[in-house]
Amino acid sequence: MFFPISHAHVSPIYLVVVGFLIGVLGGFFGVGGSFIAGPALRLVGIDWNFAVGTDLAHIVGKSVVAAKRHRALGNVDLRLGLIMAIGTIAGAEMGAQLIQALKRAGNVNFVVSVVSIVIYLSISTFMLWESWKTLARAKSRNAARKSGPLPPKSDESAFQHVTTAIQRWRIPPMISLPASGVTISLWIILLVAFVGGLCSGFLGGGAGYIRMPSMVYVLGIPTHLAVGTDLFEIIISASYGTFTHAIKGNVDILIALVMNTGAAVGAQLGAISTQYFAGPKIRLAFVPLPLIGAAIVIYTMFSGHKL
Amino acid sequence: MGPRSKTAVRRTLRAFALELVIYAALVTGYFFAVLHFLGGWLVRLETRHIRVYAVVAILLIIGQAVVLEAVTTGLMRLLRGGRSE
Repeated sequence: MFFPISHAHVSPIYLVVVGFLIGVLGGFFGVGGSFIAGPALRLVGIDWNFAVGTDLAHIVGKSVVAAKRHRALGNVDLRLGLIMAIGTIAGAEMGAQLIQALKRAGNVNFVVSVVSIVIYLSISTFMLWESWKTLARAKSRNAARKSGPLPPKSDESAFQHVTTAIQRWRIPPMISLPASGVTISLWIILLVAFVGGLCSGFLGGGAGYIRMPSMVYVLGIPTHLAVGTDLFEIIISASYGTFTHAIKGNVDILIALVMNTGAAVGAQLGAISTQYFAGPKIRLAFVPLPLIGAAIVIYTMFSGHKL
Repeated sequence: MGPRSKTAVRRTLRAFALELVIYAALVTGYFFAVLHFLGGWLVRLETRHIRVYAVVAILLIIGQAVVLEAVTTGLMRLLRGGRSE
């Protein structure tokens, strides 16, 4: 099928299948999935600028579907999402400025590649350690009590002592988040959102791979709520990204609309599936995602191909 | 897994497969309608009024997502006898 805006010939079935797969990942983990969608669009010959912009537009649609479903399941903290959107947009702008500075210095590709590999590997390693330790601790405790495995939607973390210490920093104004069961300083929320936005602007995509874990480990938000709230927040930040890319002529909305038809089913499937898994299991299953991102960056660094 | 839950899983999978078939038919019709009616207009908008195109693009993707979510939820409810999941 010919898409006149990007002048690309792409099979709509391929776009629907890619949308479906990213929808499942997004609904289950609360990530945008740009580290897969971008390369998947490049693979069928769509120009890099269109791949990035169109992917953002598709992320908006997929996040609307998944966030609506998570909201119905009680997994979205609207107040937290709105506050985070402010920090994310500010961080994204700062990330974009950093990219411009690196472009002028002439070493943007190398620096961004190295930073992204370090971040992806650090997140995966840390989450593997934490979720493994949490599950092992729950297993040994349950064996002593002779009770069953972690019930679905339950949550605990081996990193809880650090989270509790962060929540004790009473820097005013303090924000109460009844939906998440947390009271925390506004500045800590904004800082977490700013770092997520910075990664989004600097490394590309929605940066759910850093925001979702940060919400769990730094803010102390239960995993299911972190997934749903991250998706809600992605709607706002990805809409902003879509607008800025669209006015630069980088968005083929027809491709995004086709991808979104597959994502609508996948995102709901992913969102519903979270109800059957305890928080640490969702975090353990999250571990391969940043590794895939790291593998793609390493491949592009050493092969010279831009996937 | 008990026999009752096995039956429930089988029923859910059957309903999901049926939902996918109905959804695929709806979406195929939708593709051609969108590309036929909106394709030319969007291309003109993108070349002549890029800012309007940017706003329309966001509205279209959000609007489609809301409608598709309602369609899939409605189909699920219909096929599973009043339960959405």
